[in-house]
Amino acid sequence: MKLSFSAADEAFRVEVAQWLQDNLTGEFEHIRFRGGPGDEHVFVEERKRWEQRLAEGGWTCIAWPEAFGGKQATIEQQVIFNEEYARAGGPGRVGHIGETLMGPTLIEFGTPEQQAKYLPGIRAGREYWCQGYSEPGAGSDLGNVKTRAVFDEATQQWRINGQKVWTSLAHESHYCFVVARTDPNQVGHKGLGFFMVAMDQLGVTIRPIEQLTGTAEFNEVFFDDAVCAADDILGAPGQGWAVAMALLGYERGVSTLGQQMLFQNELDEIIRVAKTNGTSQDPSIRQRIAEAHMGLKTMRYNSMRMLSGAEGSQLNREAMIYKLYWSSWHRNLGKLAMDVMGEQAEILEAAPYELNRLQSMFLFTRADTIYGGTNQIQRNLIAERALGLPREPRGQS
Amino acid sequence: MEFRFTEEQLMIQDMAASFVDEVSTSEAVRAAMLSDKGYDEETWQRITQELCWQALTIDEEAGGLGLGYVELVALLEQAGRKLLCSPFFGTACLALSALKQCPVSPAKQTAIEAILAGQTATLVHTDSAGRWDDSAQLPCIKSGALEGIASHVVNGDSAEWLVVAARENDALVLLLVSPACPQVKRRALTTMDQTRRLGGIQFNQLPLEAAHRLCEGELAERILAACLELARIGAAADMVGVAQQALDSSVGYIQERVQFGRTIASFQAVKHKCADVMLKLESSRSSLYYAACIADEYLANHASMAALQEAASIANAYASEAAFFAAGVGIQLHGGVGITSEYDIQLYFKRARALEAYLGLPHWHRERLASMLLEGDVA
Ligand SMILES: Cc1cc2nc3c(=O)[nH]c(=O)nc-3n(C[C@H](O)[C@H](O)[C@H](O)COP(=O)(O)OP(=O)(O)OC[C@H]3O[C@@H](n4cnc5c(N)ncnc54)[C@H](O)[C@@H]3O)c2cc1C
Repeated sequence: MKLSFSAADEAFRVEVAQWLQDNLTGEFEHIRFRGGPGDEHVFVEERKRWEQRLAEGGWTCIAWPEAFGGKQATIEQQVIFNEEYARAGGPGRVGHIGETLMGPTLIEFGTPEQQAKYLPGIRAGREYWCQGYSEPGAGSDLGNVKTRAVFDEATQQWRINGQKVWTSLAHESHYCFVVARTDPNQVGHKGLGFFMVAMDQLGVTIRPIEQLTGTAEFNEVFFDDAVCAADDILGAPGQGWAVAMALLGYERGVSTLGQQMLFQNELDEIIRVAKTNGTSQDPSIRQRIAEAHMGLKTMRYNSMRMLSGAEGSQLNREAMIYKLYWSSWHRNLGKLAMDVMGEQAEILEAAPYELNRLQSMFLFTRADTIYGGTNQIQRNLIAERALGLPREPRGQS
Repeated sequence: MEFRFTEEQLMIQDMAASFVDEVSTSEAVRAAMLSDKGYDEETWQRITQELCWQALTIDEEAGGLGLGYVELVALLEQAGRKLLCSPFFGTACLALSALKQCPVSPAKQTAIEAILAGQTATLVHTDSAGRWDDSAQLPCIKSGALEGIASHVVNGDSAEWLVVAARENDALVLLLVSPACPQVKRRALTTMDQTRRLGGIQFNQLPLEAAHRLCEGELAERILAACLELARIGAAADMVGVAQQALDSSVGYIQERVQFGRTIASFQAVKHKCADVMLKLESSRSSLYYAACIADEYLANHASMAALQEAASIANAYASEAAFFAAGVGIQLHGGVGITSEYDIQLYFKRARALEAYLGLPHWHRERLASMLLEGDVA
């Protein structure tokens, strides 16, 4: 076991930090520390320009192979990049779904033509993607998707009909990856396809959904005879589930370490408030602040273990606990923030509903235990896949 | 950064695992619990003569294997997993940790050679009430003789060598004492957890010579403080092993037991409890491995005392809660048989409780971290 980074890695850290210091200024100064989870609606145009600035510097998609415009960065370098990015207050990445989910999946499953068509736009920070998995009848039970994809021999295109829901950033995205049923005679994980669908077409309607924070990051997306090219299916018809699951495997990647830096910023702010308003003397608050600190450190050690053993999108035991761990930790942090703020927690910044950072964090942490697989689903996965316990029985539907 | 065991470390872990599986069966543990010294002599012989666990962290120049805390916690985790009853913790984690940090002296030389040869040792750092913090009334040196009582001493009833923390005027002194003399009286305490023997020791005007002295003053304070942190990390390793086996045996049991026409393992409430145990267990394991790395860095002068304290508190508090939770859930999932003395889960529950309280309950660790965060500097 070795905790330290090599000299070359430390030099890489200096390079990243320097570039961020030189570039995250001027027109980008005011978007530092903004646009994270719960705050994704702000400064969208500036953050898109920022994506392009990153791309010009060669700092998008650094984990990708060089052949696709990446740096083939090692795990260590990715960790370092994400840490420095968060430390510098790098704004929430508009391009993260394309860079960290769609890109690696295209690299793994795509044909050279598909890769040439879609990867450069992601790499350049110009084309953004959203995730079309959930539907009104298919939340935790993703295998229940009803959206249909039919191949139209006449036009040589796929025609897509159905509805997606909770689609984050759909209104800012150029493309959506859509899980849809290609074989109406199959149910569950069988007979699905994985499609890459342009959002800017008549057959796609996007309706924002207002959240408990008063803002709208996610949407309903309706497909009414939306189309995509014959070649816009990733993998073969029937392989959609395998591709969709492989993509989710990439979710538990190194970006988690950047996320931890954001968490650290939040905890630091809570500690600042506690010291200022005197709650730092309350014995039970002291216990909870220490608990939060221990939990965050341990989250870091968990991910160091996970990354030291990680290969591709394969899951190991440590990786299986990761989502349940951080979502529960962050939910508790949100409540701690409110309890430390005391009476002030109830009073908003401004009308009609302007939340400060901790208030918004508190409310939005309630989503953390739901999206990307709820805490209950995570426990099912741990019990079944890591501990080998019996699978949940299925009802009739 | 390479935060996983190397091939060599995995080999050490695997060998330890198969050894404890062989020697520390349920019957063996129960026999050792009731035995004179609280451990099996023959097993200790094998540990020291065949496996040389006691030599693990001793420097190569001194005849040891020159390995560190990462390897030591790998062994201790396996010991905890099978409730090994052994003077190994007292010898290797307590006494040796102190001795290693002491300056060269005849006393140190004697002790290290004795331990290498297979003799047992422990650290005596408590008072008559078992206190170990600043309020402890440690045994005193007056007019050249040692006087006082220490309780809750790990294997204190039988260890062949004692590294004793005593007060002389206001200074702390570390001494090496052989208890085989009429001025030292000892007895085994009757404890709730019978797998880890504790002793009470009385020093009755034990005359001291220069040859007893290991070190004193600020250096002794620093060594003792570090020893307690290292012991917390060692105890965390034992507790991670306890939690692992509490989970494994429960997972085994629930897959056999049938109620309502199905195994109880198929009930979601039962599955989710196991998932929660695994979450706490794997998280403790991560913080344990990190703390073990920091322990090695501290001993090599690459990490500060504050960093060691922080890592030890996190690892120990996490493992404490994981082990107690795992063993408690374990009893619950066993139903009525969990309450019998026949099933081992109760032994895990008791060992978890005892280790949780050893050198600070989780809330003590959290308060210590809170004062670092809210009043002092964070490492
Ligand atoms: C902020 C946010 C952003 C999102 N972004 C996207 C996105 O970009 N793209 C996308 O496709 N989706 C997105 N989602 C959707 C998200 O993945 C789903 O909300 C999630 O999978 C849960 O599905 P559901 O909402 O239908 O809840 P349900 O599945 O109806 O669950 C309701 C409750 O029942 C419990 N439950 C369900 N099944 C079981 C079971 N088998 N065992 C035990 N308990 C069970 C759940 O744990 C939960 O507590 C987002 C969600 C949120 C909150």
